[in-house]
Amino acid sequence: MSAFVNQLPIGLSIGAVLLLIALGLTFTFGQMGVINMAHGEFIMAGAYTAFLLQDMVLALPAAFVVAGLMGLALERAAIRHFYGRPLDTLLLTWGVSLVLQQLARDLFGAPNVQVPAPSWLSGGVGILPYNRLFIMGLAIAGVVAVWVYLNRTGLGRRTQAVVQNRQLAATSGIDAGRVDMLTFFIGSGLAGVAGVALTLIGPVGPALGTYYIVDAFLVVVAGGLGQLRGAVLAAVGLGLLNSYAEFWSDASLAKVIVFAVIIAFLQVRPQGMFVLRSRVLT
Amino acid sequence: MLELRDVRVEFDGFRALDGVDLTVPEGELRFLIGPNGAGKTTLIDVITGLTKPVAGAVRFAGYDLVGRKEHQIVRLGVGRTFQTSVVFEELTVVENLDLAASFRKPLWSLARRRKGVSEAVEEALARTGLEELAERSAGVLSHGQRQWLEIGMLLAQRPRLLLLDEPVAGMSSDERERTGRLLTEIADDHTVIVVEHDMEFLRRHASKVTVLHEGKVLVEGSVDQVSADPRVQEVYLGRRPSDAAVGERS
Amino acid sequence: MIKRNLPFAAIAVVALVAAPLLLEPFRLGLLAKYLCYAIVALGIGLAWGKGGMLTLGQGVFFGLGGYSMAMYLKLTEAGDGGLPDFMVWSGVEELPALWTPFANPVFALCMAVLGPVALALILGALVFRQRVRGAYFAILTQALAAAMVILLVGQQGLTGGTNGMTNFFELFGQDLAEDSTQRGLYLVVASVLGVLYLATRQLVNSRYGRLLVAVRDGEDRVRFLGYDPALVKTVTFAISAGMAGLAGALFVPVVGIISPALLGVVPSLELVVAVAVGGRHALAGAVLGAVLMGYAKTAFSEQFADGWLYLQGALFILVMTLAPKGVAGIGRSILGRLRSARAT
Repeated sequence: MSAFVNQLPIGLSIGAVLLLIALGLTFTFGQMGVINMAHGEFIMAGAYTAFLLQDMVLALPAAFVVAGLMGLALERAAIRHFYGRPLDTLLLTWGVSLVLQQLARDLFGAPNVQVPAPSWLSGGVGILPYNRLFIMGLAIAGVVAVWVYLNRTGLGRRTQAVVQNRQLAATSGIDAGRVDMLTFFIGSGLAGVAGVALTLIGPVGPALGTYYIVDAFLVVVAGGLGQLRGAVLAAVGLGLLNSYAEFWSDASLAKVIVFAVIIAFLQVRPQGMFVLRSRVLT
Repeated sequence: MLELRDVRVEFDGFRALDGVDLTVPEGELRFLIGPNGAGKTTLIDVITGLTKPVAGAVRFAGYDLVGRKEHQIVRLGVGRTFQTSVVFEELTVVENLDLAASFRKPLWSLARRRKGVSEAVEEALARTGLEELAERSAGVLSHGQRQWLEIGMLLAQRPRLLLLDEPVAGMSSDERERTGRLLTEIADDHTVIVVEHDMEFLRRHASKVTVLHEGKVLVEGSVDQVSADPRVQEVYLGRRPSDAAVGERS
Repeated sequence: MIKRNLPFAAIAVVALVAAPLLLEPFRLGLLAKYLCYAIVALGIGLAWGKGGMLTLGQGVFFGLGGYSMAMYLKLTEAGDGGLPDFMVWSGVEELPALWTPFANPVFALCMAVLGPVALALILGALVFRQRVRGAYFAILTQALAAAMVILLVGQQGLTGGTNGMTNFFELFGQDLAEDSTQRGLYLVVASVLGVLYLATRQLVNSRYGRLLVAVRDGEDRVRFLGYDPALVKTVTFAISAGMAGLAGALFVPVVGIISPALLGVVPSLELVVAVAVGGRHALAGAVLGAVLMGYAKTAFSEQFADGWLYLQGALFILVMTLAPKGVAGIGRSILGRLRSARAT
């Protein structure tokens, strides 16, 4: 029983990291039809930022800005030429991802590095270690910030308009290009924050992003495109499923179980939990 | 032949169809008109399985169509075209038609080499007057030619009931003329339902008209009856300004 | 007809006659390896290029084929009642039931193809019937590849774990170290690729191929032509999976190893990249791309190991931005220009 309960904060904190990563993905994917494989490398960039600064408080905003600017640069330099071609962008951004990983290997060396956790995060309350709580807090803050942005600011409403109907939004005077840039900046920045969070639960390496990117995409698939509540539910669900599947079977079967559950879930909700209905024929 | 009873469709609480009854006997050419948002296309979508009704029955030639998948309904003999025509641009005109004509063959037999052009394809080419463009790729066709190709594909399917969604939209007057003739020809030996906006076109070709408004059947009758009906005039001339705001889905 | 087949015949002669005569055994072995990848690429060209299904998990099918073959090879070497070497090392005492039928070469070869086909049929039926497509499908196949690797690594006693299986000595009584065996294997691989290429081309040029293109360009429209796109996609996906499985089975005796690193997310993506570089819309482009990328990888990793990743990434970015139709597309447009120049 206690082992069962101990698994809970692990699952929740993994879900929290996945959520931070998936928030960016779901909006770039939903809004621009872009699958950004380099998103994983923004996580890695955030983690290395924390490694360089060695200070959690400074690292969070710095990682957000560093990863955000990388995302912005990628969007401006390449992705904007590929709108509406999701499969091509996927391959393009994979090329970018390869280059970034190699760059990290050349800059920081291939072996993993460890970021020492700040002393105020050691210890915990009951079964909840402070570092895992902190990660959950980060994710909650991220979700609240994104929610406020989307629903309480003019730019956010414009973002939602672009997500729902790009052409219509453009013809009604919304500068879709600027909205895209901002979405990319925020989404990539959140991946950077996720990277900082990951330094609290493990070492940092050039391939850090690749471990999380596939699961983060699954969150998007299960949650539905551009859907905040879908992303939250799917991320938490997937995080818990991951940790409990590992707990009940063994680590090697867990991913297969998760995959099977996702496929089964798609039999009930083929377009994810929440869907924007549309009559457009494709 | 086609019978709709109390069909209701909702999109997120908006009632696109609100209890529609419609009967179309075999061999009839029926026009379906109504202002934007009246539910014309939704009605066609319901018959062809693209949209699921929340209530009501759709029966065609003794089959219940509700709950069947799109391709199963086509296999029962109901074919349709779309407002914005979708033809396969990478294929030639004749290949598009051939694809439409071959759906009854088992999948494995499609892998065999093609020999000649089937009768259904030739007939569709002749009727739509696309013979000279037969070997052109569909991507280079003009808007009007695409619409004809789409009608041709519908004919090549040899359906028993044809549903045409605004076949003359965006056409020049010459093209309208030609499409009108094609339509009358088709109606000679098919059951056809046409969604159309254009009253002029209607006057020249329609036999019987159903007017939809706000998801309900408003009037049904001959062109003269319908156009003389005060309710239809009200709807079309917009004397009740509140109507204009209702659902801009067409 | 003859004119169309002329380039193919010329390449076939070079591949089957000239290459074995001219290349030293080491290079011929490498070429055989590239040709195995080319078989997978052919399947990707069919599924993605013609059918629009971006499959990022072909490595899974390749691996199923490879592991089936490797299991057979390991069992023949272990002899009756013997255990494969890696099982002894990881403390397995009795042959797992899953392994027993693989002692039969016919069963192993059938499973190499039918296993992937069955998995693809199940996955395709579940996914395509629910109209999950495009990017969603790509992501699911990638997740499958990721899960497969973790599973293989974790089941050390069954699969050899991270190291996979290696040290194969003989195939059907032939010594795998012999040059003549390797040459024979090369000829088999090249012939299989040739036959599959012709068959796939025939399929693509048939009504089925046009239906596939139609499904790619307008899946919803195809439904209203009376076809079930889910069926067409599932069958096509299964065909491409079968090809990948066969390629995996051929790969094992040619290269002498199968391991998770050869079939995970990255190798699966690399093959898609190769197809994109070669030109996804032409089957020949897919094959060409796989051979070129295989060669480039060997050539560059021999000289500067780390540079390869930069080069591959850069190459990829360049191809996607400048020539999305790949080498075959460039070739075609040059041919087209030459023709129009001649005409005027």
